[in-house]
Amino acid sequence: MQFKAMILDNAEVSPGYWRMRMTAPPEILEAQPGQFVMVRVNPSIDPLIRRPFGVFDVGLHQPAYTGAAPQPYLEILYRVVGKGTAMLSALHGTDLLDIIAPLGSGFDCGPAGEEKLIVGGGVGLAPLYLLARELVKDSPVRLFAGGRSKDDVLCITEFERLGVECYTATEDGSLGEQGFVTKVLEQRLDTTGNKGRIFACGPHGMLQAVAGIAAGRHIPCQVSLEGYMACGVGACLGCVCQGANHSSETPDYRCVCSEGPVFDVTELKWEGACHAT
Amino acid sequence: MQPDMSVEIAGLNLRNPVMTASGTFGYGEEFSRYVDLEAIGAFVTKGLSLKPRAGNPTPRIVETPGGMLNAIGLQNVGVEAFIQKKVPFLRTVNTPAIANFFGSTPDEYAELAGRLDAIPEVAALEVNISCPNVKQGGIVFGTDPGCAASVVTACRAATTKPLIVKLSPNVTDIVEMAQACEEAGADALSVINTLTGMAIDLERRRPVLANVTGGLSGPAIKPVALRMVWQVARAVTVPVIGIGGIMSATDALEFLLAGATAVQVGTASFVNPGAAQEIAEGMQQWLAEHGVATVRSLIGALEG
Repeated sequence: MQFKAMILDNAEVSPGYWRMRMTAPPEILEAQPGQFVMVRVNPSIDPLIRRPFGVFDVGLHQPAYTGAAPQPYLEILYRVVGKGTAMLSALHGTDLLDIIAPLGSGFDCGPAGEEKLIVGGGVGLAPLYLLARELVKDSPVRLFAGGRSKDDVLCITEFERLGVECYTATEDGSLGEQGFVTKVLEQRLDTTGNKGRIFACGPHGMLQAVAGIAAGRHIPCQVSLEGYMACGVGACLGCVCQGANHSSETPDYRCVCSEGPVFDVTELKWEGACHAT
Repeated sequence: MQPDMSVEIAGLNLRNPVMTASGTFGYGEEFSRYVDLEAIGAFVTKGLSLKPRAGNPTPRIVETPGGMLNAIGLQNVGVEAFIQKKVPFLRTVNTPAIANFFGSTPDEYAELAGRLDAIPEVAALEVNISCPNVKQGGIVFGTDPGCAASVVTACRAATTKPLIVKLSPNVTDIVEMAQACEEAGADALSVINTLTGMAIDLERRRPVLANVTGGLSGPAIKPVALRMVWQVARAVTVPVIGIGGIMSATDALEFLLAGATAVQVGTASFVNPGAAQEIAEGMQQWLAEHGVATVRSLIGALEG
């Protein structure tokens, strides 16, 4: 669906990372974890094309006054990386945005009771909070959050509030273990004897490492990809990534927006350049 | 009374002059949740080839000021899958579908024209001789008048349906190309395809697109497109379909004044999936406000 959203809140949660809450129609409450939205930053032609963001959270906002009807809302978590996101971060409450949502496929949550391992790198946590909220309903959930420094590890408190056990790693050691978050994931898998199901979103290098761990230990694993896209509905074919059987002779491209953004790792090609970081 | 919005392109009657441009609207179905397909004049499919094509490596698109570059590389399902998987949807929509297609030789173009001619749901054919992003995907035929004419002649012999030829702006003289296509039997001309462009990532010292160059579309190219439509429309007798950076009803009406009988909306559909419908409605509203009884009276009505 396409709708006009009014910004309720737009705050910098960590240097360079912003969390925005906006109004949405009630249908947004049915968004699946892993789905995304396309945001038109303003009605002008600069920036021209929409920007894709994972659904961070959806819910009902209760206005303070007596008798007020609850207002469904949508939240995104974004990093300022260019002109579009910089302009987004400069918007204020009551500003309007044009949104298309929800788009793409969501995560398959897997069986109840099974250990769920969520791996997020930097702003890759964006589509994983709604997932965690869903998973904690019937499964033990652990989060492995990584980043370059403590400023790149976001919203851990929110995950902890859900009852998720959080593990962190930073490349500079400013928070949690020093090094890549995949190391911490492997330590947990060593402890449990490779039990559980992995859900990951983050930079391509991290996803590639997670895919390798999942394959080596025979653990089911899904990843959520980013792609540079114009339409979000499978028409422009800009955001494709390489499917598992891709080769230059027999090309196998998948649309991140309409066939993903969530893929089972076995569907994708991990050697070579799958440009979806 | 509502203004009359209908126009005719080579025997094809359109309820209004607004179509969607090839490559920006999938095969119609992708946008059906966001736009009333029966509120636009026609829609044009993604370019089809005899065999499926995977397209170029990524990155394939990048935004530039007021526009975007794309180098998709004509990824498409191929004509067979089009017939099996995409045509059934066309049967459900009361709006003409125009099949855009390309080949690597005149024979291949003709074979495709013949295959598409046999599909009742395909109302007209648009020959792509102008894709800038693949070595053999048209541009060789789109920059030489003799080669263009040979492709059009071959297609003309293979179909009785309206034959539209989509021209490239990446030529020295688009009028010469337009006249060659008209003489070879084109029923209408789509003007223009994307302008070849490039974007560079300074920090990485590399081209942004994997294909290095791509086709520029969006509002940035509108003045160039308007000029070319104006030039071509004065030089040929067949109808011209104006394309290039149309974002609003105002833009579309300007193309009609320049000589276009109809327009195609492309990049605007990415920005706003309902763009084509909103533009058609906005045009009708403008006509009503200005007391213009029929949209046809604006075609080529530029003064001065």
